[in-house]
Amino acid sequence: MTENAEHTGVDRRRFLAFLVAAPTLTVAAVQLDTPGAAAVPLPEPPDLGDVLNLAALPTSHLLTLKVAEDGTVDFWLPREEVGQGLTTAVAMLVAEELDTALDTVRVHLDKARPELLFNQLTGSSNSIRSLYRPVRTAAAAARQRLAWAAALRWGTEPDRVTTRGGRALLADGRSIAYGELAREASSDRFAEQPLALKPRAEHRLIGSPTSRIDARALVTGRQQYTLDLDIPGAKPAMVRRPPTIRGSVRRVRNAAAVETMPGVLAVTAIATGVAVVAETFGQALAGKEALDVEWGPGPVDELSDDSLRAKLRGAVAQGLPPLLGRYVDAEFDFAPVSHAPLETNCAVADVRPAHATVWAPAQSPIAARKAVADAIGLPDALVDFHVVQAGGSFGRRLFHDAAIEAAQVSKAVRRPVRLMWSRVDDMRHGRMRPATHHKLRAVHAGGALLSFRHRMASVAMDVRHGFGDAITAGLTGLPLVGETTAQAMFALSVRSPYDMGATRQTLTEVPLQLPTGSWRGVFSGTGRAAEEMFVDELAERLGQDPVAFRRARLRTAAQRAVLDKAAAGWGRELPAGWAQGVGFHEEYRSRTACVVDLDATDPKAPRVMRAVIAVDAGRAVNPRGIEAQMLGGLTDAIATTLRAGLHLDKGLPLEGSYSQFHYARQRNSPYEAKVHVLDGGPDAEPGGIGELGVPAPVAAIANAYARATGRRPRSFPVHFAVDFEPFPR
Amino acid sequence: MPDQTFTVNGETVTVDAPDDLPLLWVLRDLLGIRGPKYGCGIDVCKACTSHLDGEAFNPCVTPVASVAGRSVTTIEGLADGDRLHPVQEAWLAQDVAQCGFCQPGQIMAAVALLRRTSTPTDAEIANVCRCGTYVRIREAIKAAAARM
Ligand code: FES
Ligand code: FES
Repeated sequence: MTENAEHTGVDRRRFLAFLVAAPTLTVAAVQLDTPGAAAVPLPEPPDLGDVLNLAALPTSHLLTLKVAEDGTVDFWLPREEVGQGLTTAVAMLVAEELDTALDTVRVHLDKARPELLFNQLTGSSNSIRSLYRPVRTAAAAARQRLAWAAALRWGTEPDRVTTRGGRALLADGRSIAYGELAREASSDRFAEQPLALKPRAEHRLIGSPTSRIDARALVTGRQQYTLDLDIPGAKPAMVRRPPTIRGSVRRVRNAAAVETMPGVLAVTAIATGVAVVAETFGQALAGKEALDVEWGPGPVDELSDDSLRAKLRGAVAQGLPPLLGRYVDAEFDFAPVSHAPLETNCAVADVRPAHATVWAPAQSPIAARKAVADAIGLPDALVDFHVVQAGGSFGRRLFHDAAIEAAQVSKAVRRPVRLMWSRVDDMRHGRMRPATHHKLRAVHAGGALLSFRHRMASVAMDVRHGFGDAITAGLTGLPLVGETTAQAMFALSVRSPYDMGATRQTLTEVPLQLPTGSWRGVFSGTGRAAEEMFVDELAERLGQDPVAFRRARLRTAAQRAVLDKAAAGWGRELPAGWAQGVGFHEEYRSRTACVVDLDATDPKAPRVMRAVIAVDAGRAVNPRGIEAQMLGGLTDAIATTLRAGLHLDKGLPLEGSYSQFHYARQRNSPYEAKVHVLDGGPDAEPGGIGELGVPAPVAAIANAYARATGRRPRSFPVHFAVDFEPFPR
Repeated sequence: MPDQTFTVNGETVTVDAPDDLPLLWVLRDLLGIRGPKYGCGIDVCKACTSHLDGEAFNPCVTPVASVAGRSVTTIEGLADGDRLHPVQEAWLAQDVAQCGFCQPGQIMAAVALLRRTSTPTDAEIANVCRCGTYVRIREAIKAAAARM
């Protein structure tokens, strides 16, 4: 076994790699330390990713890498690709450490592997943070073995062999391709040697802007998503859903009639609705529309926007005015938001009497596999759950409701099915970022801030399904940071980057039976955004410039560097009716600032004209991917701040398509958007990036709107009329 | 059920399908041509955008009978063998795609749009991209316009 004993910064984990018995070179990376607070001290204060890393520790082994005899490299990734570019970043890590070309590396999404416990969870922007070291360790071990094999052939010392471009080289010009060495390199005769990861100065790939390895498949239509897979005999299935969230099926009045419709193969009731299986999705859809079902009530039938908002507002109180000093109070509200990935909820299932196979996009496949097994009454061991690249997620694929439904339908109709949700159902019966209410207060005296208090009320966030379990496991033995898992997540993620005196942020959960879920971030897209709006308000009350006010209160040079970079054009001349706005956010051991120029000449149709974003994500593995993630976060911010949200009306969202849920379009996106990826410094480890990019631009846009119009928005999205005729229930 | 005959990506096909079945499902479920994606089914998201006799159209709202004898091109038929269309090349150069699910429709819409005008407005670039790749899409369209 070879050990990577490099200890740097906060990451004191050690990994080693070992040879897997196989005809061609196959290595696996394993975690060396026994986990536990003593062996692996958490950085102070820990964040959500640190806790998830801790949960993943015991099972960082079994990241498997194989070098084939044609020189191609296969790596099995126990994570989900949802468009964040993870497979590309991981391929870069492998190619870098192995000294081979990027296009020889193939990254496969691993199926559910229960032995990985908490190490097969994609969430909290934690993938590269958790994989940076073990993936490189596996690749370095493979490279070392290839060099040994070459040395043996040449009758020389291994340290005289160098590697480059997928070949082992000698100084005299001789070289051998990796593929030719793969078999010999898998010999167990090689003595283990200490393993050193490449020093940063030698990185050619890591840190250089790199295009997606799957880009060609994505632009030619060859990328296969779940419903594009060719599973023999799998027939389209759709589900008719109740008129209110989580309503129940009492009786189907016309199942026999629907079964005679063209192309319809079967009608079957499941817990969540009534499924129609047909030859085509068009016919399944027509069949589902034709169903006449008697529905039972759901748990939130009485709930509408007004009652929801009243519950949230009533859940937290601002408290008595302070005895000392003056104070500034503010309140903000956020509507629920649909995840609305472009690929609607879907899964393929083939359930047989003694075995089941499921294909679906899944961020938490181990929990998904177990849920499927439970739902169809099979032991877990008899279910194979394959993870398929997702057509977007934003947190939605932490839930595996479509996989459960597909398995139930397949079992009932005794044939494989491809189950798809309609867009209307996806918006109305899918998950949502919970509605929130925020009460903030700062106390100041003589120009100094004495205290800052943020009381956030949120419809209870559903953090089960593997995610919550991982956090609970990671937190075992650590001081309690909240009464519930959601409160622990809040405490680990919503942090003020500023010195604003005695600071306290708390979450009050309002338990409602709404299908909620984290939405590109857990609580920060609303919680930290509200704080950044409040900071502007505070600066204004104290007669200070918002950028200068922040700068004076940020705690670290790295934070200030990011703010300075984004705000380089702060204060520039703008047309009448326009204004700039700024926001800052730090999370996942990364930090970002955003400045937007907003045209609010027509306050009813504001448009972000220009955005400048600076981001320090520690060691930036793929700056081009980081830029993409920040641009995505910016678009999400434009949408959710200005126009996109869900109206709840008697137990069901009104919105049922993109014509109603106003996610941003090209006409809402800035003419100019610049992302500066800053260098995190020589010793930096990668920070998280996927969810980092939302809060700062949300605040920047709201702050710009306030400065342009003189009216501070309190409720989001700012423009939120029901400007459409809702689809029938 | 009636036979429906039309051309897809240069090949004549005949399928047994009801007249009113939307072409999207004929392509995806009966012919196994799965580049065009379902995102809404009501001509809103444009994820299914393909070409009918060279013009952009949305098969999710096009009954199969209405394309009888006509020529349909999907994303699979855009490249000339291994030689990508300039719009696809521009997409690669800008590294546009994130999840990629909208991109077959984005590209087919952009190709048709650029045949009409070399300076499309933002409103004309109407496809939804939930990953928010609009800035790179605009850049790619501009670059492709210069090359077409
Ligand atoms: S699926 Fe055709 S426009 Fe949305
Ligand atoms: S790239 Fe994901 S929807 Fe456009």
